[in-house]
Amino acid sequence: MRPRTVTAALFALTAASHAAVLPDDRADLLWHDWDGGGVTVQGPSILVRKSVTDSLSLAANYYVDMISSASVDVLSTASPYKETRKQGSLSADYLHGNTTYSLGYIESKEPDYVAKTGFFSISESMFGDLTTVSFGYTRGWDRVGEDLHQNGLVSTVWVGDADHRNWQASLSQILTRNLLLGVNFETDESDGYLQSPYRSARYVNPEGLVQTEPQVTPNTRTGNAGSLQLKYYLPWHAALDGNYRLYHDTWGILAHTVGAGYTQPVSTDWTLRGSVRYYRQNAATFYSDLFPFEDSQNFMSRDRELAQFHDLTLGVGASWLFHPGWPRWIEKGTLNLSYNRLHIAYDDFHNWLVGGPPGGVPLYAYDASVTQFFISFWY
Amino acid sequence: MTRRGVGLLAVVATVAAGLLCGCSPLQPWVKPYEREHLADPIMSFDPNPVSDTYLDHVFEVREGARGATGSVGGGCGCN
Repeated sequence: MRPRTVTAALFALTAASHAAVLPDDRADLLWHDWDGGGVTVQGPSILVRKSVTDSLSLAANYYVDMISSASVDVLSTASPYKETRKQGSLSADYLHGNTTYSLGYIESKEPDYVAKTGFFSISESMFGDLTTVSFGYTRGWDRVGEDLHQNGLVSTVWVGDADHRNWQASLSQILTRNLLLGVNFETDESDGYLQSPYRSARYVNPEGLVQTEPQVTPNTRTGNAGSLQLKYYLPWHAALDGNYRLYHDTWGILAHTVGAGYTQPVSTDWTLRGSVRYYRQNAATFYSDLFPFEDSQNFMSRDRELAQFHDLTLGVGASWLFHPGWPRWIEKGTLNLSYNRLHIAYDDFHNWLVGGPPGGVPLYAYDASVTQFFISFWY
Repeated sequence: MTRRGVGLLAVVATVAAGLLCGCSPLQPWVKPYEREHLADPIMSFDPNPVSDTYLDHVFEVREGARGATGSVGGGCGCN
């Protein structure tokens, strides 16, 4: 249905790296569950990474979203639906001296959206492994469709294409024997069909009634993001981390993200973690919950991802480390459970399902639970 | 030499010393044997890539902002 993220970060060089080494050989099997806003999304994610030589590491990932949606957007203009998104990817990391080269390809498919993404990055460790600098480039090609329901049958009409170009730069720096710094910049440039075919704009007709019309967004968008991360080792064997991100794009969205986390091993086998994250953005320049009349602007959208809102996420997690005696090639494993509670509150998106005259409709807000259970093996 | 002149000379000497130091190769100020704490798994920014990537995905599809989450290679099929 609506476009979704295809994330290559699974195979990325992270700002956490502070030495020129290949990623660990490991396998992860994760089950994820989102429940909130009338939407449930569940599915597995499987990642396997293995070094084939001393300098080459390969990775493969398979990810599934099984979606059941009766969100406020769907209920106001369409019927609840179920669908599945599947994503597969392959990547390779090649280490030469202090330099790591990474290359990968991702493909995501759902009935009405296909995304193909290729990425390349280079990472250099320097100053005695105190500093790691990384640059990356990502190119994406999307095909956007719309499902049409007629007489109980569903057919897909392809309505447009979208291209994405993305540049990243990051720096990882050891500041002291207890403190790490990460700095990241990213520029994202997109063009083509950049809107959801399922979302509508609302306006007031001459009789004073609220009606809908197809939304229209610009066909180009450029966004810039910069972030800082800090992680500090505490004397009683614990870690404190914090991060801030600033984002701005040509659609007029300015967003701030602030996060903090605390990791505490409580025994040799058990580690607990707590986190908090706050996000706030203003609305896109062409967003309105209710336009004054039909075709009142060149660009019109009531996409709530473009509205003004904030969200707060509180998370807890536990990890259990074990050393299986069999099979012998497995060095260690972890069992992990994490739970995040998310609250989103919109400042200019009203819940029209509740009803009421313009000006008397309540603002929309909802809570969501995000649960993950995963097992990891190192070999 | 006046007191002002002595002060100026001290500043020049300090700057010169700094420049000379700057010409020598940069030495790691945290030696490899001092990185025990940094090598602890709890100090990783991204200890569980599958989990962290999933959470990034959760936020990206619901928020207007994206990117610069600490990973290079983040592609996006979203808009």
